Amino acid sequence: MVASARARERYPGRPARTSRQRGADGHRTIDCDTTTLESYEPTVRAYAPQHSWEQMVTNTLSETDPTRNALSPADMLRLYRSMRLIAAVDQRINQEVRAGTLNAATYPVRGLEGSCAAVGLNLRPVDQLVSTYRNLGDALAKGSSLDALVAEIYGRLTGASKGKGGAMHLQDQSVGFVTSTGIVGSGIPIAVGLGVAAQLDGSDRVVVTTFGDGATSIGAFHESMNLASLWRLPVIFVCQNNQWGEHTPIAEYAASTDLAGRAAAYAMASARVDGFDPIATALEVRVAVERARRGEGPTFLEVVTYRLTGHSGVSDYSYVPKDALARALERDPVPTFRRRMVEQGVAPVAEIEEIDSQIAAEVDAAFSKALEEPFPPPSERFTDVFADERLVQGL
Amino acid sequence: MTMAAALNSALDHAMELDDKVIIIGEDVADPAGGVLKVTKGLSTKYGTGRVRATPIAEQAIVGAAIGAALGGYRPVAEVMYMDFTAVALDQIVNHAAKLRYMSGGASPVPLTIRTCIGMQRFGAQHAQSLEAWFMHTPGIKVVMPSTATEAKGLLASCIADDDPCLFVENFAMVFSQKGDVPVGEFRIPLGEAAVKRAGSDVSVITYGAAVHTALEAAEQAAAAGISLEVIDLRTLMPLDWDTVLQSVSLTRRAIVLHDATMFCGPGAEIAARIHEELFEELLAPVKRLGAAYTPAPYAPSGLPFLPTAADVLAGAKQLTG
Ligand SMILES: Cc1ncc(C[n+]2csc(CCOP(=O)(O)OP(=O)(O)O)c2C)c(N)n1
Ligand SMILES: [Mg+2]
Repeated sequence: MVASARARERYPGRPARTSRQRGADGHRTIDCDTTTLESYEPTVRAYAPQHSWEQMVTNTLSETDPTRNALSPADMLRLYRSMRLIAAVDQRINQEVRAGTLNAATYPVRGLEGSCAAVGLNLRPVDQLVSTYRNLGDALAKGSSLDALVAEIYGRLTGASKGKGGAMHLQDQSVGFVTSTGIVGSGIPIAVGLGVAAQLDGSDRVVVTTFGDGATSIGAFHESMNLASLWRLPVIFVCQNNQWGEHTPIAEYAASTDLAGRAAAYAMASARVDGFDPIATALEVRVAVERARRGEGPTFLEVVTYRLTGHSGVSDYSYVPKDALARALERDPVPTFRRRMVEQGVAPVAEIEEIDSQIAAEVDAAFSKALEEPFPPPSERFTDVFADERLVQGL
Repeated sequence: MTMAAALNSALDHAMELDDKVIIIGEDVADPAGGVLKVTKGLSTKYGTGRVRATPIAEQAIVGAAIGAALGGYRPVAEVMYMDFTAVALDQIVNHAAKLRYMSGGASPVPLTIRTCIGMQRFGAQHAQSLEAWFMHTPGIKVVMPSTATEAKGLLASCIADDDPCLFVENFAMVFSQKGDVPVGEFRIPLGEAAVKRAGSDVSVITYGAAVHTALEAAEQAAAAGISLEVIDLRTLMPLDWDTVLQSVSLTRRAIVLHDATMFCGPGAEIAARIHEELFEELLAPVKRLGAAYTPAPYAPSGLPFLPTAADVLAGAKQLTG
């Protein structure tokens, strides 16, 4: 607490009365018991989906024709590298969480690697991205520092947020990865505001916000869609439709499952694209980004995939119908895209293998390094609440 | 029986007793039965008409529950984490809490909102104890149990109550708290604190998860020759001032303890009231203990946040020293 200048004037000669500062030790931090998290499980009960992701993809609104507009081999390699990195980090996190060596709420991104990489491929460092708790793919695709992300997930001082934000709130402002929210739908209006700033700046930078299918039920989504369209903001709404919101399949929570179709109600351009196809997604994102850069306003992109894992790192997903999951797993984006690159001769197998082993080594190094890093010291306790930490001391 | 099972039992009996009791919230219907399993089996037993799983739409969940209450039902709305009550705050604060008053008594809202405090390890948006917001809003009752048995009895009373009640659970306690919970219908009246441990030197006034911190401290204090009386408020509005003031007038020393932020926390009101009523009898100023004035830090180590038993013990030594 800071001594008040007014009080000094009014009571001259009397010592300032600031609150006693509280000791740093003796305060408990709660450790989350993973056995408790395990009991967060749903019980098994499969039910038939009312429609499949295949049907949704067939019913596409895509403006681009991937067969005509193929990506360059260099771009395909960039896509693959990004996808591979996302998959490697994601797998490692899940492994650590399940082993109990990482005690955190984490949200797997398996199945989203291609669509996240496709967004990243089309963005410049000055472009901005707002994500959710399921943020790992977005964070890496936007070029965030791997070391800083992993250290953050382990709650270390060298983490992107000094260990204060954690896995659900990854960010790397230095590369335009602005924030990740844990509140469903709450990042969407924030992206609209970043769009306002870009527009006021007269800049051609664009803003992407990612969110799940479930977030389209939140009021803030609808308010933001209208605002972005009304003001013709350079915002791209990327709806990662993995067909589930926690335990609920889309057809059980949405009267209309045509999410891309909702954009029409706001006079906004939209497209639905097969999110398991990174090239198709990249081309669709490119159309949206170019539209936004030209000042022609926002786009709603429905990226259709399927949740290939449990909702969170430890949750079971036996309630997901086996056949739908099996068919979706056949299109698991990383191995599928790898096969496609080899078949099309985009790069020799040896080169792809080289990328794989490079990334594996990078990821190993980042995890080993994070574990060596210190936790934030007590001197960090009251920093970052306000610009001036003295305001907080003693409270 | 775990607290989860105790809550389930309270809901089950309430639904059986009164067919106007309905449940509304995300994933509350089977097969999920609630993300914490609290509503397990109820949609199977009472149907998805009365146990309604919703989209992710907290404003609509609480708003629709208010509407159903005005329409003659007794809804139990679930907002998964207390942090998400922020999304529905307009409905809770401007409507649920005010409709009876603004209508001159014509529109009571017999609504229960169940919500849950998360964990520091989930990050700053899944760990907040926001009860002071609601205590500061005239017209809504606030209930925070610390044991499985009390969870059942208090939830049953909230559902039967003719006013809106915010019933606050705790993620860790939903699983860790187990007890011999009475089977069948069972209620604990709102507004009655429980003395969880009798003592003569210092009254520790607390509620929710912090009750267990206080009980742990009381063990340690006993070993150090200090006798702590632990008072579990159980309901914060209405608050059992009689028990609080009686206890403190006997011990003449008090600590108020909670996991909510200390600054402007519930303890500020309680401490002020004790000072007003018992100023002459006190041997020392009331000591407040609460969470540090920071968002919940994610780091598992290094950034102290919640008050510990050691803090309570140190406080008790300071007051008696
Ligand atoms: C406002 C709010 N309500 C509920 C939750 C709990 N919750 C976290 S993720 C989730 C499901 C979200 O589904 P979706 O938007 O489809 O995203 P996905 O997890 O499938 O990527 C829910 C209900 C939350 N975090 N915020
Ligand atoms: Mg989803």
